[in-house]
Amino acid sequence: MFDIKDLYQEIIVDHNRNPRNFGIINDADKVIEGFNPLCGDKLKLYLKTEGKNIADISFDGSGCAISVASASLMTDAMKGKSINDAELLFNNFHELITNENGVDEKSLGKLAVLAGVKDYPARVKCATLCWHTLHSAITGNKETVSTE
Amino acid sequence: MNKKNNTAEIQNQTNGFDVEKIRKDFPILHQEINGKPLVYLDNAATTQKPKSVIDSIEKYYRGYNSNIHRGVHTLSENATEAYESARVKVKDFINANSTKEIVFVRGATEAINLVAQSFGRNTLSSEDEIIITELEHHANIVPWQLLSQQTGAKLKYVPINDDGELIESEYKKILNEKTRIVAVGHISNALGTINPIENMINLAHEYGAKVLIDGAQATSHTSVDVKNLNCDFYVFSGHKLFGPTGIGVLYGKEDLLEKMPPYQGGGDMIKMVTMKETQYNELPHKFEAGTPNISGVIGLGAAIDYVNKIGLENIENHEQQLLDYANQMASEITELKFVGTAKNKTSILSFTLDGIHPHDVGTILNNDGIAIRTGHHCAMPVMEYFQIPATSRASFSFYNTHAEVDVLIEGINKCSKVFN
Ligand SMILES: Cc1ncc(COP(=O)(O)O)c(C=O)c1O
Repeated sequence: MFDIKDLYQEIIVDHNRNPRNFGIINDADKVIEGFNPLCGDKLKLYLKTEGKNIADISFDGSGCAISVASASLMTDAMKGKSINDAELLFNNFHELITNENGVDEKSLGKLAVLAGVKDYPARVKCATLCWHTLHSAITGNKETVSTE
Repeated sequence: MNKKNNTAEIQNQTNGFDVEKIRKDFPILHQEINGKPLVYLDNAATTQKPKSVIDSIEKYYRGYNSNIHRGVHTLSENATEAYESARVKVKDFINANSTKEIVFVRGATEAINLVAQSFGRNTLSSEDEIIITELEHHANIVPWQLLSQQTGAKLKYVPINDDGELIESEYKKILNEKTRIVAVGHISNALGTINPIENMINLAHEYGAKVLIDGAQATSHTSVDVKNLNCDFYVFSGHKLFGPTGIGVLYGKEDLLEKMPPYQGGGDMIKMVTMKETQYNELPHKFEAGTPNISGVIGLGAAIDYVNKIGLENIENHEQQLLDYANQMASEITELKFVGTAKNKTSILSFTLDGIHPHDVGTILNNDGIAIRTGHHCAMPVMEYFQIPATSRASFSFYNTHAEVDVLIEGINKCSKVFN
C-alpha cells in the first residue's frame, strides 16, 4: 500500500497550484507541443536558446497535477543550463521515475520529489510529457510529441 | 457517518432485493485493492461477471469444446446446440421476431461498422445525409465519418444542451428527405443521459430514414424491446451485460439484413462455393464468417439468464436509488460540479472537482480501492461541448451498495484535502 502523500508531496501540490514559468515567451526560437492522447492533456513548451544554452524556457497548457508540477519543476531546473546538461538531466529524470532500484537523487535536486510516480505506472506518462517535449525541442523534432 | 450507513443498509434490502446476496455471485468483488475493499464503480466501461457466466465458459472448454455447424460428432452437436440456443435467448431478451435477426459480432463497435459498410456503403451517395449526435461514443461517430468519406454523404450532428440532453427541436430541423441513416445511442456512456429514442425513430421513419440504436450502455440497465421501438438496427456488447469480452450482437430487421451484402467472406457464411461464384448462407449466418466466438456466445447466453433471474425491473429500481443517493451526497460537496444533469438518466455520476484534474482524482480514489474512470470516455465531442478535457465518472451497477456510495464520497472529499 502506498501513502497518497508520497505522490502528492507539498512541493508538487504547490507547483500545481502556482506553476512557475507559466506563459508564453514572445521571442522564443522554439515552440513545441506535447500531447497525451490517453487523457487529452496538452502542453506547449517555449524555448529561447543562446548558443548552446537555454536562456529562457516556459510552458502553458492544461493537465493533471503531476504533469503541471513536472513541467513547472523542469522549466525551473532548465533555466541557464547548457543543452548537453539538459540531455543529461533528461536521462537522469527518466531513470528516477522508472528505475526500481532508485538513482542518485542528489543530482536531480528538487526534481526528486517526483520519484513517487514510479509506484504509479499509469501516471509515469503524466510526469514525462514535458520532458519528452523538451527532448524533441532540443533534438530538432518539429512534430507534436505524443506520449503514445 | 454511522447514521448514514444504517440508512444505507436498510435501503439495500428494500423490495426483496438483497444486494449482499447478489454480491456473492460475483467472485471478483471480494478482494482488496491497496489494502482496501474493492469498490468497483467503472461499470460503464465493463461489467463484472457472475459465477454462472464464468462457469458456463469453463464447462464448454472442459466438456464440449468443438467447432459448430460442421461436425456430425456429439461434441460438435452439443456446441452447436449451446451456440444456437444462446441466439434464442438474445432474441427473447430484446424481443426480436426471429433468430435470423440476431447476428453475433465482436461487440457494439463491430456491429456499427458492419451496418455502416454493408448497409450504408451500398445505399448512400453524395446526395444523402447521415444524422448522429454530439453525445455519441467514438464507436458511433468514426464509422459514420468513414462512410461519409467513402460515399460523399453529409454527416450532421444533433446538438446537446447544458444538461447533456439532445435538443429534439434541432433534430427535427436537420431531419429531411435526404436523411438516410440516423444513428443514436440509447444511453450516453459519458453522462448517462437516456435519449428519447422512440420519438427519434418515429420521426426518422416519417422521412424514410433507417435508424441504428447503439445500445451498448442500455441493455444492462433497462429492458429493450426492438419490436416496440421499431428501430431498424440495435447493437450491444456482451461485456457490458455481465458477459465476456469479444462478443456482441447486431439486431437488424430481417428484410434489411436480407438485402445487405456480406460484411466479410469466409467459412460458415456460404451455402456453396465454386471457383466462379459463391452462394451465401441464410440469415444470420451470412454475416458470421469464420469460426465464431463460441465460448463468448455461450457466456453471453448465461449472462442473459442471470439478468433475467435478477430482473431488469429490480435492477433499474436499485440503480435509481443508488443514483439518487449519490446525487444527494455529491451535491453537498461544494467543489463538485455535475457534468450531465439530464432528467432521464441512468446510474452514472460524471463530475469535475474545482482545481483538481480528473486524473488525480482517479489516482487518489484508486489508492483507497475505488475504481472509477477518468478521461474523455471516448466521447470527445461531449467534452468539447462542456469545454473540459475530462471528467471523473462513477458508474453504478445493481451489485453496488449505498455503503459504497459513502466510500466514494469520502474518497472525493479526500481529494480536496490532498490538494489543500
Ligand atoms: C455508448 C457506447 N457505444 C459503443 C461502445 C463500444 O463498445 P465495444 O468497445 O464493446 O465495442 C461503448 C463502449 O464503451 C459505449 O459505451
